[in-house]
Amino acid sequence: MIKRRRKVIIIGGGLTGLSAAMKLCELGAEVVLVAYQSLKRSHSVCAQGGINAAMNSRGEGDSPDNHFYDTIKGGDFLAEQPLVRDMCYQAPAIIHLLDRMGVPFNRTAEGHLAFRRFGGTLYSRTAFAGATTGQQLVYSLDEQVRRYEHDGLVEKLEWHEYLGAVLDSEGICRGAVIYDLRTNHVFCLPGDAVILATGGPSQVYAGSTASTVNTGAAATMSYLQGAKYANGEFIQIHPTAIPGQDKLRLMSESARGEGGRIWVPKIPGDPRTPTSIPEDERYYFLEERYPHFGNLVPRDVASREIYDIVYQQKLGLGGEPMVYLDLTHKSKEFLDDRLGGIIDTYTKFTGQDPRTTPMKIFPAVHYSMGGLWTDYETDAQGMIDTLSPRNQMTSIVGLYAGGEVDCQYHGANRLGANSLLSCIYTGLMMAPGIIQYTKNLGKAPEDVPTSLFDQAQTFWSNRLTSIRKMNGSVNPYQLHKELGNLMMENVLIVRDNGKLAQAVEKIDEIEEKFQSVQCVDSSDWANPTASFINQLYCMIHLSRIITQGALMRDEFRGAHYKPEFDLKQPADFDPHEYIDYLERSSYEEVPAEAFPPGHLDYMKRFEANNEKWLKTSIAKFKDNKPEITYAPVNTSIMTPRPRKYD
Amino acid sequence: MKSKPVILKVKRQDTPDSKPYWQTFETPRKPMANIISCLQEIQRAPVTADGKRVNPVVWDCNCLEEVCGSCTMLINGRVRQACTALVEKIESPVTLEPLSKFPVVRDLQVDRSRMFDNLKKVKAWIEIDGTHDIGEGPMMPDAIRAKRYVLSECMTCGCCLEACPQFKAGNDFLGAATFSQVRLFNLHPTGQAQKENRLDALMGRGGIADCGNAQVCVEVCPKSIPLTESIADIGRQTSLKLLKDFLSK
Repeated sequence: MIKRRRKVIIIGGGLTGLSAAMKLCELGAEVVLVAYQSLKRSHSVCAQGGINAAMNSRGEGDSPDNHFYDTIKGGDFLAEQPLVRDMCYQAPAIIHLLDRMGVPFNRTAEGHLAFRRFGGTLYSRTAFAGATTGQQLVYSLDEQVRRYEHDGLVEKLEWHEYLGAVLDSEGICRGAVIYDLRTNHVFCLPGDAVILATGGPSQVYAGSTASTVNTGAAATMSYLQGAKYANGEFIQIHPTAIPGQDKLRLMSESARGEGGRIWVPKIPGDPRTPTSIPEDERYYFLEERYPHFGNLVPRDVASREIYDIVYQQKLGLGGEPMVYLDLTHKSKEFLDDRLGGIIDTYTKFTGQDPRTTPMKIFPAVHYSMGGLWTDYETDAQGMIDTLSPRNQMTSIVGLYAGGEVDCQYHGANRLGANSLLSCIYTGLMMAPGIIQYTKNLGKAPEDVPTSLFDQAQTFWSNRLTSIRKMNGSVNPYQLHKELGNLMMENVLIVRDNGKLAQAVEKIDEIEEKFQSVQCVDSSDWANPTASFINQLYCMIHLSRIITQGALMRDEFRGAHYKPEFDLKQPADFDPHEYIDYLERSSYEEVPAEAFPPGHLDYMKRFEANNEKWLKTSIAKFKDNKPEITYAPVNTSIMTPRPRKYD
Repeated sequence: MKSKPVILKVKRQDTPDSKPYWQTFETPRKPMANIISCLQEIQRAPVTADGKRVNPVVWDCNCLEEVCGSCTMLINGRVRQACTALVEKIESPVTLEPLSKFPVVRDLQVDRSRMFDNLKKVKAWIEIDGTHDIGEGPMMPDAIRAKRYVLSECMTCGCCLEACPQFKAGNDFLGAATFSQVRLFNLHPTGQAQKENRLDALMGRGGIADCGNAQVCVEVCPKSIPLTESIADIGRQTSLKLLKDFLSK
């Protein structure tokens, strides 16, 4: 018998897609890499600050276990612990691999890798290449994939879009439906497995740091085909971005990691220039409110505090929703070397120099912790079974997902510099399992009846033809803006059930309007509008998953903040008390005097809330709406406890 | 009082083979607007200044913060990224044209695959043994890292090639971006293993000898990559190799 090469279709050319392609080629598979644009243009290049790995190179006592703890605590205990542990343990090896591939990581005087601090941890754990780390990682992975392309193992299909999975009668994914964005033809790619490495959905919001391709359409398409979508309501709002018309540009957390300070003038609307305001008239609110973590509290905390300063305390700069991010106390040489990329960005887009003037920033939608539900398998010791075909598989057999489009690594709030890690980790770790899966497959793609592919092709061809014929009165780009504004107004940092319920209804109205969309581009060559209308349809469904999930989750966890359900942690509370309480309550009725006043009540509230809500929300497409259920989270390694950063 | 609208004169082309034509658009002037946000306004209201309903302008973009390299075009005749082209700093009316050295796909969208193919020709990668956990990368002084980092910021945007008088649609000149990438990989301790192969690729037709030293590449590079320095350095490397090849014959 001739051994045939396994053919895996990868959708997306960012960090996850490239890592998976490289690993699969190394394992002997053939890869077709489908990307919406040329490779090297993916959204991963926007990541700035760095990538986490606990290598303890500064002798601070850091370890992968500490990295695991910070990640789980940062995510408010909603992440899958066995996976996160494995990721944190693999992180140093991933950094070494990237270093061998030629990533220009900043180095120490002796020539070792340099590390800096980031949010949500007290250790220097973040490896970085200036302030364009994502770009540098994408390039070196792209170079390795180009090498495989040169050797004939990778076929690239750039300027092509994924429309959906080809499912057989048993619901197994047998390939992908692809749309050629130049010729506007639809065709099917048969394959042993399909990987979605399609990134996040931040384009459903009008004010985000996302690239234009981040519509979440591929993930939504899978959801519409029956895949589960998990934890959709957990959307990260990054505390520091530059306001703009077309997008809000990220101002990396590394600015604070390298010593940047957030402040506002103590006098509301103070008209003085920032540099002329004396120290004692500045309110360094993060440092004062969180003496322990200071400016490096996790993102959910920092965004909420900025929101509070601007909207509750009315201390925004000149009454506008902005605060200062100040680097002017650092030397020019230091800033150019460590943060050059973001300093250039700020200067180019605002005309002001952050080396001499504090930057004006405000929070922006940044990342989705939730995404397609994906599976994994542990062995008898509870460690990840690295050969399991279930690793990173969605609820559709043969359809895999990794990177921002999955859901398991960041819980209710992602720590900075963990996304590059989870993207590369998932790309690499799923590959052996996928090879195993293809070996177990009864049929080769050639043995699947061609009628299956013909049907899918016809369905999508017809659908795009009908989209091109849409001739109503609504401009799709305008409707997208309307949807984005609706999400900004109702499903952002502070969430309220009344507004969320209204938003659900308004999304229905937007879906109504969608029926009256006009395909404003009549060309049958390189027509991006038809593709966009299909993405817009997906974004409407995705907004519904996010909003419905947020409405139903009646608690405050990580990035999902409903003041109404804040458990009001006592100011002098110590999270260790909770561990004592759990132990004691396992064998006796704990008397209130055992803890400082009010603490026992708080811990009971916390325990009851976790009982009800420490669960993964899972959306399934049913009757044109998400049907949301809740599944347990694996918390077998570390006991969930109250978070505290002050 | 309403501020004056931004006037955009756009060179349009429906297909790769059809004739280009010009259309003028007016978009509202908004704070912090850039050329991308103006083109997005046109998408939301695709009507020319004289009231004609037309197809929206097609262009490439993605990150909108000058790190993906996608949105290169000619703005008032100058090659640059559209995202960092802030409206308040550009003279209106603004002319927008596609790059002239690459085949037009549609409107402002061009096909830059030649740049990516060139990277294959010069083996622009580090030949690693595999992805397994086989230990640390090579030690490297931070000064070498800093030199490499600057070169590694090249986002394959094509500005340097558009400006280069030597780089033409019909020829096979590799161009500054590719030369600079060879320097990047030849600077890496492991990358040096393939150094000779990379230089070989630069010593044939379209290689370094064809560079006319016009030095405009470095002026238009949005990332301020020292391209002329790279060209000089690669020139030295190839000369040395020529000499070595000659002596060892």
